[in-house]
Amino acid sequence: MIPIDVVHSTAMTLMEKAAIEIPDDYLAGIKSAADAEEGDLSSFVLQSMLENYETAKDDRRAMCGDTGCPRWYVKMGNEARIEGGPVSLETTLRRATAQATNEIPLRPNRVHPLWRTDHNNNIGIQAPEIEFGFEPEGDWLDLVAVHKGGLFGTDYRMLFPSDGIEGIKRFFLDCLIAFGKRGLACQPAILGIGLGGNKDACMVHGKRAACLRVVGDRNPDSEIAELELELTELGNSIGMGAMGFVGNSMVIDTHIEVGYCHTGGMQMSFHAFCLSSRRACARIYPDGRVEYRTDPRWFTPYQRRETVEWPLT
Amino acid sequence: MASNMKLKKVSLSTTPDESALRSLELGNIVYLNGLVYSAREGAYIKVVDEGTPLPLDLPELSAANFHCSPAAAKRPDGSYDVGAVSATASFRFRKWMDGWFRASGARLIMGKGGMSSDDYKRYFVPNNAIYLTTVGYGTGALLGRGVKRVRDVHWLNELGIAQAMWILEVENLGPFIVESDMNGNSLFERENEKISAGLAKLYEGTKPAVLKRFGETDDRSDELI
Repeated sequence: MIPIDVVHSTAMTLMEKAAIEIPDDYLAGIKSAADAEEGDLSSFVLQSMLENYETAKDDRRAMCGDTGCPRWYVKMGNEARIEGGPVSLETTLRRATAQATNEIPLRPNRVHPLWRTDHNNNIGIQAPEIEFGFEPEGDWLDLVAVHKGGLFGTDYRMLFPSDGIEGIKRFFLDCLIAFGKRGLACQPAILGIGLGGNKDACMVHGKRAACLRVVGDRNPDSEIAELELELTELGNSIGMGAMGFVGNSMVIDTHIEVGYCHTGGMQMSFHAFCLSSRRACARIYPDGRVEYRTDPRWFTPYQRRETVEWPLT
Repeated sequence: MASNMKLKKVSLSTTPDESALRSLELGNIVYLNGLVYSAREGAYIKVVDEGTPLPLDLPELSAANFHCSPAAAKRPDGSYDVGAVSATASFRFRKWMDGWFRASGARLIMGKGGMSSDDYKRYFVPNNAIYLTTVGYGTGALLGRGVKRVRDVHWLNELGIAQAMWILEVENLGPFIVESDMNGNSLFERENEKISAGLAKLYEGTKPAVLKRFGETDDRSDELI
């Protein structure tokens, strides 16, 4: 049984780590973008960001004042049991979100869409989002905290098979250029592309591709992996850099996730994670051990399975 | 890596005189000293739309309006802990700017993304004001370090932490980049123009999507998705 008090303390730590500590994979990506950047303004922006990451860690203050909207990805091994059950788990994550918002502090961004009611704790109706996944083996619980920026850098379009790869590239460019101007996408960023599924699933796959895969990770389908690299190169050849200034740093990496879709369609979603790429993960074991990491390891062969059955060991 | 040495760095008061503003050029890097206040739609509606009096003496105390909401929390002793500070996108506030300049005498607007040069010429230039953009976006920790103390916070209960008017004592608050000058030119627009020149070549070989969307045609009789 996974002790619920350990879930709470781990969730508090993850909220803080996600807000303050830049993940190593993204930091390395930004450093090589900074080395390659030739635009003077864009280069200044990247240098300032590198300085900002250090300041955040030294001062233990959030990297960005807009601390985004906290959300949770939860994964359980098939043998995992949580003290108090799933409702206790959800309540604990809501409690930790509220408490961490006040203690770190984070900006209480979450308001009612119409009445603008603000509980000053990032908690409300359907907030924070908590998504669940499962793995066939293990008695552990994985928690992933993501503080996702909320306004610019996401779009969806129903494409059709006849639009083809060229249609995907075109919509990719449309999104990057539109959101890249004045730097509204907070680029250079990790980009997530969802293909297929249906409208809602396509958005989910794309957002997970942006938030739950690390820089350098490639899709196991070699042709999709090739397209990921091609899109990254295309994005960096726009002539635009950080904040929309002349330059060549737009994309740190591109991740594509697919889902089987209706035979007539080819849905596409586009998501930009931001210059702070706020994610932090931990695995909790029944004996109370906690292992922290920055790679969510969300997309396993099981998550991408296309067969009916999956052998349980 | 490009050299940043040619970017000029300037230290500026939050109650700057006109000559200091006139000497700034697009792309200069600015650090602020003095008193800065946050004001966005919550405060604008109260003051500009509803005519509520300002809660402090402006622009005598400060002529620097930051479009931001600090990540702040109240300490047990009643003072405030400001963690990180980042700007919010300013284009949404253009409709209040003229009224706000008149009410507050602001000379510096700091935020994210700037506004259009039309807005600068219409609202900023007549009020001798310029726009400074934050950097990144999201040098929130650097900006947070520049905030030395929360002097006061107004309308906290009514508007919430994000929309309240925060009065911040700042030292070397920055970096900011000069986005508009006293003639109403925009750095972002200048950069956009340079980038747009190469876009046609980039799109070579791609074709428009099979079905269009609203916004891609003005013909209301078109069939769209």
